[in-house]
Amino acid sequence: MAAVQETVDRVRQIDVDQYRYGFETLIESEKAPKGLSEDTVRFISTKKNEPAWMLEWRLEAYRRWLTMAEPTWARVNYPKIDYQDIYYYAAPKPKKALTSVDEIDPEILKTYEKLGIPLREVVILEGVEPPPGGEPSASRKIAVDAVFDSVSVATTFKEELRKAGVIFMPISEAIREHPEIVKKYLGSVVPTSDNFFATLNAAVFSDGSFVYVPPGVRCPMELSTYFRINERNTGQFERTLIIADKGSYVSYLEGCTAPQRDENQLHAAVVELVALDDAEIKYSTVQNWYPGNSEGLGGIYNFVTKRGDCRGVNSKISWTQVETGSAITWKYPSCILRGDNSRGEFYSIAISNGHQQVDSGTKMLHLGKNTTSRIISKGIAAGVSQNTYRGLVTAHRKATGARNYTACDSLLIGDKCGAHTVPYVEAKNSSALFEHEATTSKISEDVLFYCTQRGLSQEEAVGLVVNGFVKDVLQQLPMEFAVEAQKLISISLEGSVG
Amino acid sequence: MNVVLTKTETQRPASDVFAGVRDRLPGRGKAAEAREQAFAAFERAGLPHRRLEDWKYTDLRALMRDVLPLAAAPDKNALERAEAALASLPAVDAVRVVLVDGAFAPTLSNLGGMETGVRVQTLREALEDGNHADLLSNGSEPGAMIALNAAMATDGLVITVADRVAIAKPLHIAHVATRGSTASFTRSFLTIGKAAQATLLESFVAAEGTKSYQVNDVISVSVGDDAEVQHVRLMDDGADATNITTAVFSVGAKARLTTFNMTSGGILSRYQGHLTFSGEGAEVNANGVNLLNGRQHADTTLFLDHAVPHCMSREVFRSVVDDRAQSVFQGRIIVRPHAQKTDAKMMTRALLLSDEAEADNKPELEIFADDVTCGHGATTGALDESLLFYLRARGLPEKEAEALLIQAFVGEAIEAIASDGLRELTVTIARAWLERRG
Repeated sequence: MAAVQETVDRVRQIDVDQYRYGFETLIESEKAPKGLSEDTVRFISTKKNEPAWMLEWRLEAYRRWLTMAEPTWARVNYPKIDYQDIYYYAAPKPKKALTSVDEIDPEILKTYEKLGIPLREVVILEGVEPPPGGEPSASRKIAVDAVFDSVSVATTFKEELRKAGVIFMPISEAIREHPEIVKKYLGSVVPTSDNFFATLNAAVFSDGSFVYVPPGVRCPMELSTYFRINERNTGQFERTLIIADKGSYVSYLEGCTAPQRDENQLHAAVVELVALDDAEIKYSTVQNWYPGNSEGLGGIYNFVTKRGDCRGVNSKISWTQVETGSAITWKYPSCILRGDNSRGEFYSIAISNGHQQVDSGTKMLHLGKNTTSRIISKGIAAGVSQNTYRGLVTAHRKATGARNYTACDSLLIGDKCGAHTVPYVEAKNSSALFEHEATTSKISEDVLFYCTQRGLSQEEAVGLVVNGFVKDVLQQLPMEFAVEAQKLISISLEGSVG
Repeated sequence: MNVVLTKTETQRPASDVFAGVRDRLPGRGKAAEAREQAFAAFERAGLPHRRLEDWKYTDLRALMRDVLPLAAAPDKNALERAEAALASLPAVDAVRVVLVDGAFAPTLSNLGGMETGVRVQTLREALEDGNHADLLSNGSEPGAMIALNAAMATDGLVITVADRVAIAKPLHIAHVATRGSTASFTRSFLTIGKAAQATLLESFVAAEGTKSYQVNDVISVSVGDDAEVQHVRLMDDGADATNITTAVFSVGAKARLTTFNMTSGGILSRYQGHLTFSGEGAEVNANGVNLLNGRQHADTTLFLDHAVPHCMSREVFRSVVDDRAQSVFQGRIIVRPHAQKTDAKMMTRALLLSDEAEADNKPELEIFADDVTCGHGATTGALDESLLFYLRARGLPEKEAEALLIQAFVGEAIEAIASDGLRELTVTIARAWLERRG
């Protein structure tokens, strides 16, 4: 009951306009000139001290991007984006090494405070030298790689990870320090020519996380990254690359917040996962970027390409996402089930309120033998939002024994929103067994009556039902995230009850 | 869709097809203008292709390539061959009207058997009257193939059933093709009055030896308030025929409509149904079966538009796909804002009998109202090994056991047909398909 009460309290407190993470950190940043040209690409590449092959890779992507047209098939509406009116690079000013907490820019410190990151972690994130004799405490066992406006500020727990042989660093560093791994895998799952936004990302990505887990290693802690878009009119283009070598395991958490803005901001990230033989990657996302105000002004355009490649036999990739933010969400975390006996999973909660538009889902491409996949999608639409699940399940000629189970349920709160389901089920193999089911409904009057009759308020009752509705997915999240996600769900559904 | 529509070389003859026959087509004045406009609309769009979302799985530019020349009006020989083709069909007790190569064939039809309260006119007559150019309007359903039909339609039937008239015998519109390498365009209208009852059977067959022809049919059914209508369409065209059919239904308040389509013939076919609820409290069953083998490609696309509150719809679709055939089912349920208390369910299942067969299912829900119960399900798989084993353990040969299971599988869609005669006819054709499979 306590959790429900807390949920309801939050719903009462917070108004759409009072976005909790809507603050702006005033620190000087180094920006590339506005607009996109070969020079912008070169500027970013130079800023990152990249080797020549990387610049070439970016330029090739840029040239290809020029020939591509923005996709229009998703069920989302937004004014045309002027790609020349965006800053493609913004980095916090380089600063000297710090020796104590007091030296951290107080503005940045406040940002972390509002985000709820404990001071101890802030110390580590900000690269403050630990007091003599004291190791950074790993009690929470989460390594945070904070991406603060495109540049990874610092990486925590590096030492402990290094002992295990896990490489976890900003991708810009990885390009310099581990070019052989990056060269081999970068763009191998999402090629530079993949789609309009992925190609744009390939040309201008500024930073992101890189993870390599060596063979047979179980990553000793959950890896976590924090994205936060700060500078006005900067697109955030991160690129994440995670490689789980043979027999390894890694769980990666991604959280996103952005300050309140009037103008729409573009976020076009690319995430590539590679799982080799017997490896497993678990990728969890909590996305609560600024959704725009109650009039539908502002908010983030979240156009993301996420794809995992189960390249080896018996490999497994699992996506879990809680999507509550962004004005527009356009993302389809996918699994290419290439290796025999590989498995793909997709668990999603997508909540839209106010004027939000969500077009999200997954793709399960069964290529190898005896591959299995599971899709659980829960969509909740409230306010005047539109929430679409769009998913593809396909079995190729040689994918004998492919199995898929899909369940996508939608819950409608209010009569001005829309919930849509667009599944594509394509079987080219007779031994493929696909099951898909979808339901759309509103919260049953009977259930609400039952709850209110027992003394719960209408809001408490709705909170209870919604939490039950999304339970299957919340259970897939690591503990710390599950709590945060539950809070987010209640925040994002505010104003929809009653 | 910002798709650049480039015309391929193979499409050019279409304009010649229209220019050459313009004067042969019935209707002058406004009707002729409507044809010009419709053809211009088709020319602008060209044949539908896979980059149009609704045609994703059926790319007519690749599969159909071009529009064949218009079939000539049937002569004595054609009518004789058509009669033979009709005679070979399983007998069904119905009032029959026959369209041979897109032209009404009075000698093969028994309009005299029509019951009182039913008015039948041919499209040709209606257009030549001069007051019915609206019969060539494209209505609200967009699409190049419908526009092409409006431009080229040679004949069809305009049937009206008066209010409160219950027709005992089914009306049977039989389409027969006798000329190879030609195209026929038919357009029919069925208006069922308030509280009337009617059963409509449509069949598509070919005279023996008719090769590579194209059929483009549009049927528009308006179901009055409190009316009860059954519609059964059996498409058993020639083995290398192309059939593109659009069916438009409008369902009045408290009306009951059961519509069933079975595709077993043709090399390439598309049956697209657009069904709109126009009055509250109506109930619709929209079922279908695809029975495919060889290199057949059959696409069934159904749009159910719950435009008003308190309506119920059920869709059951089954496809059986053998050899290298491809079955496509696209179902979209749209619940408009304010269409509260909608109850819509759709279930599609595909049975793959060969490793080279393909089944594509796209069951969509598009919901803008909150107080609704909507759901869909889709499954794809092979025959259940344990059921096969059970039957074989009881002494059934493998093929027979398979046939039994397939029959049960498609039976779930067929059983919604209320008329015993039509249900048996459907089962007979399905059985014949199974026997041909060997």
